[in-house]
Amino acid sequence: MDVYLPIANLAVNGLIIVALGALTGILSGMFGVGGGFLTTPLMIFYGIPPTVAAASAASQVTGASVSGVLAHTKRGGVDYQMGGVMVAGGLIGTVIGAGLFRLLQELGQIDVVINVLYVLMLGGIGGVMARESWLVLKAQKSGVPLPAAKRRHHPMVASLPLRWRFYRSGLYISPLAPLLLGVFTGILTMLMGIGGGFVLVPAMLYILGMSAAVVVGTSLFQILFVTMMTTMMHALTTRAVDIVLAVLLLIGSVSGAQIGAQLAQKIPAERLRFALAAIVLVVALRMALGLGWQPDEIYTVTPS
Amino acid sequence: MRVLLALLCLLLLGGARDPILVPEVSQHEVQVRQGFRGTELLLFGAILTPDGTRAGQDYDIVVVLKGPTRSIILREKQRIAGIWVNAESTEFRSAPTFFAVASSKPINRIVDDKTAAIYELGLPWLQLSPIGAYNPKEQARFSAGLVDLMQREQLYKDDSKGVKISEQVLYQARIKLPSSVQTGTYTAETFAITKGRVVASAIARVEVKKQGFERAVAQFAEYNGFFYGLLAVALSVAMGFMAGRLFALV
Repeated sequence: MDVYLPIANLAVNGLIIVALGALTGILSGMFGVGGGFLTTPLMIFYGIPPTVAAASAASQVTGASVSGVLAHTKRGGVDYQMGGVMVAGGLIGTVIGAGLFRLLQELGQIDVVINVLYVLMLGGIGGVMARESWLVLKAQKSGVPLPAAKRRHHPMVASLPLRWRFYRSGLYISPLAPLLLGVFTGILTMLMGIGGGFVLVPAMLYILGMSAAVVVGTSLFQILFVTMMTTMMHALTTRAVDIVLAVLLLIGSVSGAQIGAQLAQKIPAERLRFALAAIVLVVALRMALGLGWQPDEIYTVTPS
Repeated sequence: MRVLLALLCLLLLGGARDPILVPEVSQHEVQVRQGFRGTELLLFGAILTPDGTRAGQDYDIVVVLKGPTRSIILREKQRIAGIWVNAESTEFRSAPTFFAVASSKPINRIVDDKTAAIYELGLPWLQLSPIGAYNPKEQARFSAGLVDLMQREQLYKDDSKGVKISEQVLYQARIKLPSSVQTGTYTAETFAITKGRVVASAIARVEVKKQGFERAVAQFAEYNGFFYGLLAVALSVAMGFMAGRLFALV
């Protein structure tokens, strides 16, 4: 089924794009991450111009997180106060990100920077996740339980001035910490076309020390608003949002997300996390090969 | 109309010895819309002597189909400190978005390099108008890089057996446009060449344009970014919401 993408200026096989959306949707439903980290590079491998891929992937993440947020709201799994602070940070981040995007485009290094970011973020977080879930799996096999981790925030967070009480998260910390975290993910979203869930969730757990019950819901809440803002920013600055491409991805991802959510209830959480870590590491490795060994193309064309 | 014009030319050029080329293109307008997967253009025509009889002589035909040009920056990756980064770059003021050459024989057996360069016959002779310091060796490397990249995207082509000439009168060439072609005015230039000399040339135009929905979307995104963005956001929220509702029923 051939579909012509009016902004990307080329015809693609619509079914492949829908399948791609479904794949990332399943991931997002299973793991509570947006799946953008997979969509953007896969679309680029498929031949869609990188700017269009990054700009259109954000709207797919929006769609996938809507139903997640609704589900978590019902269970009381969203800390709106914390989420609000992070959204504010995220909005600042997307504006900074848009400026950076333009600057890097002018310097001609946007594709290199995106690749380096992918390798660092995915490699780092995938590595940590793989190690942890492996330890848990091993402990389960041997029957020796791991010492229970203490839930506490990073000492750097405690040193920030001004403190607020976040009841649902069970925290009494400076709002600057989640704000900065929001800014950071906002920048990442703008540059990489990802929701940032795979950065946010561990950061909320290990840096802020939030209660696990509200982590996924609150991160989805933040992602929802930040990706909406990102789509707007791209529509206004790069003009690279391809609405036909976005709809194809959405068809796949919104249904995939529901399937993923149901699958997640059947498979043990540790195995899920290990599987996610493996996928993340494979994508990071593929990107690292392009950076260190042999890029896909030596020459790139940009209109001037 | 074209035939009439050609006949007029025939009368006007009555005394000239050079042959006349009457070119035609299968499609003067290519519509880019849903379902567009690229298209194949048939460029054909006839070579006649001024008195209207068949040319009789041995001719070679070269057809050049050229898309709108644009100014581009071409960047070259180099390995610096173990990482491939964009290092050097050059700017070309007139890089065609599409360039296809079809000929009845390999170009170097039809004309010498000088003639080929003057008439832009073939990918090595593309006139890209580089800007800035002129270093022939570097420019050649960049041009070759661009040509190689565009060839793999099917946007630049060189087909030395692409033109068929029958009975020294009729010629035809097929050139495929991929779906990723840019919109704009394309020119199809046909050259009749004998003994290394271009004896006749003629131009036909092809318009490639987006139509209907595709055109509307492209213009909406370009001129109304804010509302276009809102529409994209609204669509994604609505679809996410509906999927949540639908699956809740199942």
